[in-house]
Amino acid sequence: MSVRERFQHEMESVQKDFLTLCDQSIGRLEEAFTAFINKDIEAAQKIVKRDAEINRFEEGINDRVILLLTRQQPVATDLRRLIVLLKAASDMERVGDYAVNIAKETIHIANEPFITSVELLEDMCFKATNMLRQIVGAFVEENTTKAKELAELDDQVDEMYGNMIQHLIKLSSVKPESISQIIYLSFISRYIERCADLATNIAEYLLYLKKGQRFDLNS
Amino acid sequence: MVKTMIKNENTMKNIVQSSQNVGEESIIINDQNKNTVFGTKNFNLWYGDHHALRDINLDIKENDVTAIIGPSGCGKSTYIKALNRMVELVPIVKTNGVINYRDRNIFEAQYEVEELRTKVGMVFQKPNPFPKSIYDNIAYGPRIHGIKNKKVLDEIVEKSLRGAAIWDEVKDRLNQNAYGLSGGQQQRICIARCLAIEPDVILMDEPTSALDPISTLKVEELVQELKDNYSIIIVTHNMQQAARISDKTAFFLNGEVVEFDNTDKIFSTPTDQRTEDYISGRFG
Repeated sequence: MSVRERFQHEMESVQKDFLTLCDQSIGRLEEAFTAFINKDIEAAQKIVKRDAEINRFEEGINDRVILLLTRQQPVATDLRRLIVLLKAASDMERVGDYAVNIAKETIHIANEPFITSVELLEDMCFKATNMLRQIVGAFVEENTTKAKELAELDDQVDEMYGNMIQHLIKLSSVKPESISQIIYLSFISRYIERCADLATNIAEYLLYLKKGQRFDLNS
Repeated sequence: MVKTMIKNENTMKNIVQSSQNVGEESIIINDQNKNTVFGTKNFNLWYGDHHALRDINLDIKENDVTAIIGPSGCGKSTYIKALNRMVELVPIVKTNGVINYRDRNIFEAQYEVEELRTKVGMVFQKPNPFPKSIYDNIAYGPRIHGIKNKKVLDEIVEKSLRGAAIWDEVKDRLNQNAYGLSGGQQQRICIARCLAIEPDVILMDEPTSALDPISTLKVEELVQELKDNYSIIIVTHNMQQAARISDKTAFFLNGEVVEFDNTDKIFSTPTDQRTEDYISGRFG
C-alpha cells in the first residue's frame, strides 16, 4: 500500500468512525425522547450513565484526525475533510449531550402527569432526528443538494419551537403551580431545536468540504 | 546558442490578459498595482526533439515570492533557467515565444546576457561557493564589475552578508575558506554572493533540498526578508515550503502551467483537479 493509499485508507476509517458516532448519538436522542414520552426513569438513567461512551468515541476521532494532520500535513480537500470531520464529530457529540439532558429532565418530571399535550414536541423531535439522519446520508453520498434542503426543514423546527414556547408561556399563567414542569418542557424543546441546528451546521460543513466556501444555513 | 523563433511579436502584444485559466492567455492574478518583472508569453522550449516547455504564459510580479512546483521533469527548473538564459548553455536547446524582463525581450539579439544575469541572480540546489575565502566569494561579482576600491568592497561584503543573515556567524573569519562552513551557511554565502551584485530578481532552484531543517528555516526566513527588496522565484519540491513562504504558486506538469494563482488559493481550493491531485500527493 502506498503512502497516499494508507492516508486515504486512514481517512476513510476515521469517516467510518464518525458515521458510527452519528448513529450512536442520533440513536441516543431517539431513546431519550422515547424515555421522556413513556416517562421511563430506568431508561433515562441508563442514557445518563452511558454519556461517557459517546464522549470517548469523539475523543478517539479527534486523536486520529490530529495524528493525520501531524503526519500527513494535508492540503486542499484532504485538509478540509479532516477539519470537517473534527467539527462534525464535535457537533454529533453535542447531540449525544442533548440526549443526556433530555434524559435528565425526564427523570425530574417522570412522576407527574404531563400538564399539556406533547404532540408538538414529538413532531419536533421526529423532524430533528430526520434532519440528522438526512445529513448523515448526505455526508456519505457527499450530496450538497440534500445538505442545502436542510435549511428549510430547520426553519420548520424553529417555527415549531417558537409555537411551543408561546404555548408554555401562556400555560405558566394558567397553571402557575406547574411551573417546574413548564420549565423542563421548555428546556426539552430547546434541546431538540438545537439538535436541528447542529444538523444544519453539519450541512454547512459538507458544503464547505465540497466547495471550499462557507455557507450559513442557520440564518 | 539559443535560436529564438519569434515569428510575429506584434501578435504577442495582442494577447488577452485575463485571470486563472491557462492556455493562450497570460495568467494575471488580481494585483494590477504591482509591476511585472517577467512577462512570459507563449514560450516554448525544446531539448532537441523533446518539447520541454509548452506555451508558457506567466506574469511574475515584483516583490513577490513566486513558487514553482511540479513533479520531476515537468519543466520547472528549465523555466527558471530560461529566465536568466542559462538554458543557452545546453547546445541542443531551441526556443520560441517571448520572455520579457522589465518589458524587454531577453532573447533579443542585442540583449547582453551579462547584463541580464547582473539583474537576475541565481541560487542553486547544492551550495556552490567558490574555493576561495568567504570575503572573496562575495567580492567576486563586484570585482568583475570593476570595483577595486577596498573600502567599497568591504562595505559590499558586509552589506551582502548581513542581507543574507550570515554576517554575525562569519564576520570574524572572512578570510577563511568558504568550504569550511556548514551546508546551510554555504547556501547563505551563495545568497550573499548573489546579493553583492544588487540583482533585481533572485532565482532559487530547490535552495533548501540539501539542507537540514534548521538551515532550511533560516533560508526560508531569509526569503521572507529579501522579498521587500527583491523579486524571488523559487523552485521547490517541498509543498509545505511553497505554502509557507510564497505569495504565488505556479503548478507545472508535463511542460505546461496547469494553474497559477495566489498560494492561499492553490493550497486550499485549487481550480484544477490535477493541481489538487499533485499537492495532495496523489501523483508525482
